[in-house]
Parts: sequence; C-alpha cells; structure tokens
Amino acid sequence: MDVIFLLHLLLTFMIIGAFITVEIKNMLSAVISIGAVGFALSMTFLFLGAPDIAITQVIVEILSLILLIRATVNVDNVAIEEKGESVFHNRTALIFVGIILVFAWIAFKSLPPFGEPLMRVSNYYLSNGLTLVGATNFVTSVILDFRAYDTFGEAMVLFVSISGAFAILRRWKREQHKDFLRIDREH
Amino acid sequence: MYEEKQSGMTFIVKTITNLMIGFMLVFGAYVVLYGHITPGGGFPGGVMIALAYILVTLAYGRKVVESMVSGVTGSIADDVGALVILILGFIGLIIGGTFLFNFLPKGTPFSLFSAGYIIIYNLAIMLKVGMSLYIVFLALAILQRVVTTREENKGDKK
Repeated sequence: MDVIFLLHLLLTFMIIGAFITVEIKNMLSAVISIGAVGFALSMTFLFLGAPDIAITQVIVEILSLILLIRATVNVDNVAIEEKGESVFHNRTALIFVGIILVFAWIAFKSLPPFGEPLMRVSNYYLSNGLTLVGATNFVTSVILDFRAYDTFGEAMVLFVSISGAFAILRRWKREQHKDFLRIDREH
Repeated sequence: MYEEKQSGMTFIVKTITNLMIGFMLVFGAYVVLYGHITPGGGFPGGVMIALAYILVTLAYGRKVVESMVSGVTGSIADDVGALVILILGFIGLIIGGTFLFNFLPKGTPFSLFSAGYIIIYNLAIMLKVGMSLYIVFLALAILQRVVTTREENKGDKK
C-alpha cells in the first residue's frame, strides 16, 4: 500500500481522536483517546522512517498515560459543565482561529514540498558525521555532538520543571511526609 | 513479599511483574548503551527504566519500591546526571575550546566504545530522565495518599 495513503489514514484517525478527547464528558475516556492519538503518532513516525522518534514516542506515551490515569481515576470522573454559552468567547475564539489559519497558509506555502527537504546543513552532517563523530546512528551524532548544547538545555528543562513542581507541592506534604526529600528536613 | 498481600494488586499481577522486571531493566540498559549504534539513546532508555520501577510501584505498592530506590536516592541520582553533563561540557571547554567538545577518541565504527563521549552523555541522560520521571510518579502517589487520608479524616469527623 502507498505510504502517503497510510499517512492520510493515520492523520484522519488522529484528528478524530483529538475531537473525541475535547468533546467527551468522561475524563478517563478522554485520557484513553489521547493515548490512541499518541500511538497513531508513533506509527506515523515509523512510516516516515524515524525509528528513534517512534521509540521515544511510544515509551513517553505509555508513561504519560499511566500518569494521567493515575491523576484522573480517583478524581471526579466527569468534566465541569459550562453554565451558559458566552457569545463574546465564541466570537473571540473564531477571530483568533481565522488569524491563525491565514498565517498558517502563508507559512505552509513557503515550505518545501513533502519528501524533498532542503539539505543544506543536513548534507554536511550526513557526509561528515562518521568521520567527525564516529557514531553510526546519525540521529545520536546530531543530538549529542553537533547540537549537544540543545540536548543539555532539554535535560535542564526537565530539571527546572520538576524543581518547580516540588516547590509548589511541598507545602501539602510538609505535615505528613517529612522524610521524602531533604528540602523538607531543613524546614 | 507474600506477607504484604494487603498492599498493591493481586497475586497474578505480582507474579507477572516479577517475570517482566528483569527484561525491562536489561532492555532499557541495552537501548542506552547502544544508543550511538542502533536507534535509541538516553531518553527512551531512561524512560524504560523509570517504567520498570513504576510497574513495581503499581504492583507492590509504594513501600516496596521505596526500599529499592527511595525518593532521596532518586533525587541524588538525578542531580548526579545533571552534574555529569555539566562536567563533560567544562572538560570539553578546557581541552577543545568549545562547550561540550567531543574530547574522547573516536574509535572504530560499530564497536561499543566508539563515538567519543556520547556513551557517557547517554548514561547521564538516562540517570537524569529516568530518575526524575520516577520521582514524579512517586510524588504523585504520595500526594494522592495525602488527599485520600484527608478525605477519610473529614468523613470521620462528620
């Protein structure tokens, strides 16, 4: 079967799943359908020939599904109902969606066609990667050698976000769980 | 562990967890160590190792997994990962003149010890990502317990 046809099928499935996620009332069903969207995304990466990103997508999707189910399973299982529809909110949302569509049309028109990327920097990486780095997986040689500073920043983003989450959650735990982190022992 | 039948899930889940946990840890280590040869790397391998510990948390409860890797140990491992990346960067700055310069010898392609410092960088990212995600899950479990005990206390007062 043609790869383009399969990609269109997967994209349609993902769009339907996203609509279900937004519209459904039960929160657990919303979490499960966003998981289906994530697995379809990983299959899309596989068909596009990017096994590194497909592996990462599958694994992170499983982890985020577990975290989301853990967070939503005991909470009130139904989303909060809106009380009355505001005309102003709908109009503002429509105007902003229109503006985004106009700019997206301009931006997508200037992109290169599908399957024919501009190979300016990538050509240098592909032709010199093995001699300069020595890694046979070129994705790793790009993210950990040519652009190692970006990866360093990504790792630090995780560090900073978790520090922030602990700083917010600390007050709740301080009463009962003083042995979990050293921060709590100091106070 | 049979004495703690009260905490965690049923006997079936615990048995399957016992069978699966070794394979999950070994496969995570393989994905990390061979990240510069085959698809993979520090990030997916680290998340796999975090998922192995999360499986133990789900099957056996929080106390068993905290006797394996406690919250303090995980947080220290997380910080060690971040520090190793920083030290690698500064060694590269001293030797090669740029931050995160690949200062180790390149080796022959397709062998385990090739591609310079990438294997150390992958291991550091594994520590960083795996342990921080595991700690997030542990914190969520603790938070949920606090909330549920508070609700129970409220119910008792009523």
